[in-house]
Amino acid sequence: MVADATQIKRKFSLLRLFRESTVAQGMALISPTTIYLLLFMILPMILVAVLSFMARGTYGNVIYSFNFQNYTRLVDPIYLRILLYSMGVGLATMLFTVLIGYPLAYFIARSPVRQRSLYLFLILLPFWTNFIIRIYAWIMILRTEGLLNTFLLNLGLIKIPLDILYTPTAVLIGMVYEFLPFMVLPLYTSLEKIENAQLEAAADLGARPWRAFLRITLPLSIPGMIAGSILVFIPAMGMFVVPDLMGGAKTVLVGNVIRNQFLTSRDWPFGAAGSVFLLILTLVFTLYYTRKAGFGEELLV
Amino acid sequence: MSEKKPALWLRIFSFLVYAYIYFPILILIIFSFNTQKINVRWEGFTLKWYQVLFNDTNVILATRNTLMIAFVSTLVATVIGTMAALALQRYRFPGYTLTESILYIPVIIPEVVMGISLLAFFALFNFQLGLVTITLSHIAFNIPFVALVVRARLHGFDKSIEEASMDLGANELVTFWRVTLPTIMPGVLSGAMLAFTLSLDDYVITYFTAGPGSTTLPLRVFSMVRFAVTPEVNALSTIWVLTVFVILLVSQIMQRRQA
Repeated sequence: MVADATQIKRKFSLLRLFRESTVAQGMALISPTTIYLLLFMILPMILVAVLSFMARGTYGNVIYSFNFQNYTRLVDPIYLRILLYSMGVGLATMLFTVLIGYPLAYFIARSPVRQRSLYLFLILLPFWTNFIIRIYAWIMILRTEGLLNTFLLNLGLIKIPLDILYTPTAVLIGMVYEFLPFMVLPLYTSLEKIENAQLEAAADLGARPWRAFLRITLPLSIPGMIAGSILVFIPAMGMFVVPDLMGGAKTVLVGNVIRNQFLTSRDWPFGAAGSVFLLILTLVFTLYYTRKAGFGEELLV
Repeated sequence: MSEKKPALWLRIFSFLVYAYIYFPILILIIFSFNTQKINVRWEGFTLKWYQVLFNDTNVILATRNTLMIAFVSTLVATVIGTMAALALQRYRFPGYTLTESILYIPVIIPEVVMGISLLAFFALFNFQLGLVTITLSHIAFNIPFVALVVRARLHGFDKSIEEASMDLGANELVTFWRVTLPTIMPGVLSGAMLAFTLSLDDYVITYFTAGPGSTTLPLRVFSMVRFAVTPEVNALSTIWVLTVFVILLVSQIMQRRQA
């Protein structure tokens, strides 16, 4: 009985302690997330980092010997070319998504408030469906006997069908289509925040609309553009599905190399080194962005 | 930025971009009703491909797997993610900034990196690749998305209604169920919806964590697409697209009503 009473008392005091300590409550709420992500996200990534210093055995097994070979192999001319090529594809994707996305984001930010969410919704809607389906739609359009060629042949604009599918051009078309929303949303977020007073002030001081755009709107939308670029450039380099389906064997990006090392060549340590390279690139870009622009909500949407 | 009627060229340009976004999907849908098997030219209207699809056991199995993974991972990620959102929005605790930045990892890093990390992890600890490993992985990338979305929705939450509830004699638990949860429900629902669609859509991470017998719909579509362009894929795509459209429209309308 006595023991019971003290137990009950202790229980109550613990409960009271918990009720009064906001730190304990916060920790209790966050801990499932922390534990889960440590286990299924951080630990696997650390594992890959460790793996990247190992070596491949004869049968595709992993040999535990510390070395830097996998990293020196990354700058091997074959892989260096793939690396540079991937960067090129990433940059081109970024450029085209800005060229298409900027005017669109500007248009939405300028539209009546009540229509804005509808316009944004319309951009996102197709992207909630499966992305392999979207690539498939483009395959139907671009292939040799596809709709584009049929259309151009019927018009008499071309005599023989264009070979677009299974070329780098096709990969770029697919990438731009996939990544467009990731550019439009951050751009919109930063454009929408621009105070009208600033633009009015510029107009009052005699600035032409174009000049006001170049001197005020454009600089103020840079954070959005950088956020969008991070969200487009890095995932584009790691993308292997679009090159697989639309590039044939001709287009190999970093993502394809990593995938192949893990699933076909079975050289896990080398694939791990490629992943670590992408991770470092991600980290550098993101840190640069957060330093420059502060952790904006642009990255969130 | 204020509403000033956008210039004509801007409106035309935007219209063209929307056309570019929707045109491929429209084509996809139209050609699911085509009688021609190689699906090059429009020959005539048929529902044959839908019939083929509904009798395709591989597709049916893949659909079942996909929905199971999506439901379980959404449920778990929504509960855990919402807790995290509440913690980040209302409390300060040691490791706050670190946790906050960890949440951005799946938003930013390339999916392939997360995919191979999980594969290496499961291999090291001798997990049998299959539905379980896919679900565990989906929960991992969904928690952060749910947490970020719910947290963004918590911004304008008026804490005084909770205080009022406590003043009127309700304890924490009752206050949470009767006051807090109903208020944040729209945010929780949109977090859950994001998680569900991300799970349905995921190809890359599923690809690395799937084993024999755990093919999901995106994996199935991928192998079908790689093989050939057939109207059956169009039929499957059409059903998928229309289902997602209906769900999104309904949820959008519901949110409008609440607002």
